[in-house]
Amino acid sequence: MCLIITAFAAVITTLIWYLTAAAKDLNLGWLALMFWGASLMWTVDGFFCVAAGEPFLDLSANDALLGMVIVLCGLAAWVISLLLRDPRHRLSSLIKRA
Amino acid sequence: MACFLAPVAEAIVVSVIKKNVQNKELAALTADAAESVVAEESSSIPTSRKLGWLSKMLWGGSFLLAIEHIWHGEVIPWPPFLTAMYNAADVQPMLMEIITVGGAMMAVITAAWLLMVAAANHIEKRAARLASEQEG
Repeated sequence: MCLIITAFAAVITTLIWYLTAAAKDLNLGWLALMFWGASLMWTVDGFFCVAAGEPFLDLSANDALLGMVIVLCGLAAWVISLLLRDPRHRLSSLIKRA
Repeated sequence: MACFLAPVAEAIVVSVIKKNVQNKELAALTADAAESVVAEESSSIPTSRKLGWLSKMLWGGSFLLAIEHIWHGEVIPWPPFLTAMYNAADVQPMLMEIITVGGAMMAVITAAWLLMVAAANHIEKRAARLASEQEG
C-alpha cells in the first residue's frame, strides 16, 4: 500500500506540475521527483521481496497508514522548502512590515 | 534494514558533481556573455539542471525511505543509528542488503534519469527543428 499511495501521489503531483502555470514558482517538480524516486525505490524493494518469497505489495492497514504518513512528510518537506524559498515574497513582506 | 544508504551515497556524489558543473556553467556565462555560442547553449537545458533531477530523485526518495525505516524501528535518532548494528550477526546481512537492494535502487533511479534526459534532448531537438522550419 505504501508503494501504491506514493506512486499515486507522484502521478497526481506530476499532473498538477504539467497543468499548472505556477508550477515552477511552487517548486512542484521537486515534489514530483521526490515521490517518483521513492516509488521506484519501493518497486525495486518489491522485486527483492518476491525473490525472497514474500508478496510484492503489503496490503495491510499499517502499511497504508505508513503510506499516508510518507506522503504527509513529503508534503511537509515541500512546504518548508517553499517557505524558505519564498518565491512570492509573502514572508519577506511580512517581515518587512513587522 | 538500511538499503536507502546506497542512494544517499550516490546523491552526495551527484550533488558535488552538480555544484562543480554549475560553477563552470556560471563562469562560462560571465566570461563569454557576449558570444553567440553561449546564447545558443543557454536556450537548451543546462547540464547542472539535468543533474538536479537525478539529485532530487535520490535525495527525495532516500528521505521518504528513511521515514519508512524509522517507522519500522530500523533507524533510530541516536548512535549507532541503525538497530542492526546492535547485533554483530545482523551487520553482514545489513551490508549485503545495502549492496544488493540499495545498488539495484541506484541503478533503476539512474536508468530512469537517463530516460528523462534522452526525452528532454529529443524534445529540445524537435523544438529546434520546428523553429528552423518556421524561419525557413
